[in-house]
Amino acid sequence: MKHLLSINDVSRDEAINILSTAAELQKLTSGTVKKLPTLRGRTIANLFFEDSTRTRLSFEAAAKRLSADVINFSAKGSSVSKGESLKDTAQTLEAMGVDLFVLRHPASGAATSLAKSGWVDAHIINAGDGTHEHPTQALLDAFTIRKHHGIGRSDFNGVKIAIVGDIAHSRVARSNVLLLKKLGADVTVIAPPTLIPVGLESWGVHHSYDFDEDLASFDVVMMLRVQLERMNDSFFPNGREYARGYGLDESRLNRLKSDAIVMHPGPMNRGLEISSASADSSKSVILEQVAHGVIVRMAVLYRSLGGPDIASTGGSL
Amino acid sequence: MNEILLKNAIAIDGAIIDLRIIGTEIAEIGTGLNTGGETIDCTGLRLLPGFVDLHTHLREPGKENAETVLSGSQAAVRGGFTALSAMANTYPVSDSAGVVEQVWRLGKSAGLCDVYPIGAVSAGLEGEKLAEIGAMAHSAARVRVFSDDGKCVSDPLLMRRALEYVKSFGGVIAQHAQEPRLTVGAQMNEGSVASELGLAGWPAMAEESIIARDILIANAVQSRLHICHLSTRGSVEIVRWAKAQGMAVTAEVTPHHLLLTDELARTYDPIYKVNPPLRTMDDVLALRAALADGTIDIVATDHAPHPDEDKECEWASAAFGMVGLESALGIVVTTMVESGLMDWQRLAEVMSYAPAKIGGYEGQGETLTVGSQANLVLVDPQSTWMVDRDALLSRSRNTPFHGTTLTGEVIHTIYRGKVVLRNREVASHE
Repeated sequence: MKHLLSINDVSRDEAINILSTAAELQKLTSGTVKKLPTLRGRTIANLFFEDSTRTRLSFEAAAKRLSADVINFSAKGSSVSKGESLKDTAQTLEAMGVDLFVLRHPASGAATSLAKSGWVDAHIINAGDGTHEHPTQALLDAFTIRKHHGIGRSDFNGVKIAIVGDIAHSRVARSNVLLLKKLGADVTVIAPPTLIPVGLESWGVHHSYDFDEDLASFDVVMMLRVQLERMNDSFFPNGREYARGYGLDESRLNRLKSDAIVMHPGPMNRGLEISSASADSSKSVILEQVAHGVIVRMAVLYRSLGGPDIASTGGSL
Repeated sequence: MNEILLKNAIAIDGAIIDLRIIGTEIAEIGTGLNTGGETIDCTGLRLLPGFVDLHTHLREPGKENAETVLSGSQAAVRGGFTALSAMANTYPVSDSAGVVEQVWRLGKSAGLCDVYPIGAVSAGLEGEKLAEIGAMAHSAARVRVFSDDGKCVSDPLLMRRALEYVKSFGGVIAQHAQEPRLTVGAQMNEGSVASELGLAGWPAMAEESIIARDILIANAVQSRLHICHLSTRGSVEIVRWAKAQGMAVTAEVTPHHLLLTDELARTYDPIYKVNPPLRTMDDVLALRAALADGTIDIVATDHAPHPDEDKECEWASAAFGMVGLESALGIVVTTMVESGLMDWQRLAEVMSYAPAKIGGYEGQGETLTVGSQANLVLVDPQSTWMVDRDALLSRSRNTPFHGTTLTGEVIHTIYRGKVVLRNREVASHE
């Protein structure tokens, strides 16, 4: 796997290999010495054209634990604000010896454009492109779900997962739908009609406008962040009404199955899509997701830059 | 006086004929005509009236790095066109007599085809108040077609006024139908592909609602409406309804909307980014059927040159548009004639007679009779050729058809009695 641009390009076997590699790396770095020498001498550039401190820090930690050198580029205060293009920025950094770009960009398809245009030879990992995809988020979510609901299974067959919120504009939702379906899960997206994407029929998922309808049947409830710009563009009347219809408040939390888990990609709007009680409850695995983010990103960097195969599962979870 | 004999050409009805040109006019049509002056062997070539493009972006003045009137004229004659219509979104905007006369003079000086400037409907294309439509109509350029193309005249009152105003000199408003509020930030056709790609959708209803509105306005004020680049099945149905009521509306389709679909956006290659966007195969089939049955009146290229730097970037930052003059005939033959949907008579209608009539372009789009202007094109109907972006005469290379094999190739173009394209080569500029 040279690039990771979209979950569409990742086969089921490759996805499972990444998850298994992550599990191995987790074991290898669980002691007091967290660092492996695997990517010593390789240079990874975090190319961030959009603010995301969390994702950048997670990739940076992952790269450093594998002993890679890390360069951070962010659009703010750099030449991009003066109009330097994606092409020029990437070519400039590659000329400085970058082997792999971790790209976050506000335009959908930016990672694909960079990988397919021939502008650079370096490897590209998509760290979120517009409203398209965020593949490493989906992989870390799958890693988390596997830990809670995947033990002893060959896949996610029978695991019921609800993704709740702004499906139309969420790259997290797109990547998760693709990956979770690939792994066999039963996915339902839940949102007001204004936030359900046109043409959802082709996604192969269930959809509902009613969060309460099947609430007690889900094994996983994944809440999406409400972006502030949606609040002012009539997708729904206001935050209070959204929270009443689609927020995970305490009453909904209490109706979940006893072994259900609550997920959120962060950063959370407490009191809007998720209440503090839910975010901090025993069902919440939100901080685990953060920890798994580093592990899974290590596995992705490792697979992309060609470390030897250390996964040991052979095609099943 | 200049004399040319076209020998053994295939006329529209299939007959083999000779045609003599003296000066700028057709002097004689028959068989076995005596040679005299220059003879061009046209064996196997279809003789058609010179094509007329009602929708071209020539970029001059202001964006000469993308195209000039001269380079656009060269691309035009390579494509078999003897008349072009230069859209108003230049810098400065073609919204005054001064600018349209400049474009008109540049066309005269290029001398390869007629260049008819299109005037802006609104001052500065800002959609707020009328441009100096009368001054442009009465200028040396004699503008008859007005359009804010690239932008929609979205204010219904301004649209009404414009339609009324052009009645005094028989003008026509060419509308770019795009409801702006329904297309904020739009990047591609709204639908399942856009949803998968995470690109903001440009819904069909944003085109159809404006078309429906403007048909009603134009009919109420009894003026002429022309709809640019129809792209959806729904638009076809609305125009079909209007024509059935006898309303004075005409409509165009671009070559690229006859062939390409939104599936191409999956590459995220902005070479496929265009406005209106590429739609679905269902829309493509509806457009082809409508062009064949007369619901759509003409093919127009919407030739939109852009320099490489405006396309070498992520999709959302890239410019909308495709070049099209040099591939138009090949696309129309391949999609419409080869498929049996349309004959050569209909091709002449949609690429020459009808657009010339809509624009009121004198000496263009005439049936080939003695005394008419010798604006002619000779096409090899069997020739297959591959589009090569590096071989285009346009200054820009943004063709979505690079590497595509097309049937039907323009061999010679004759503009007012002068051979401007000879054996695929454009005459040098004098």
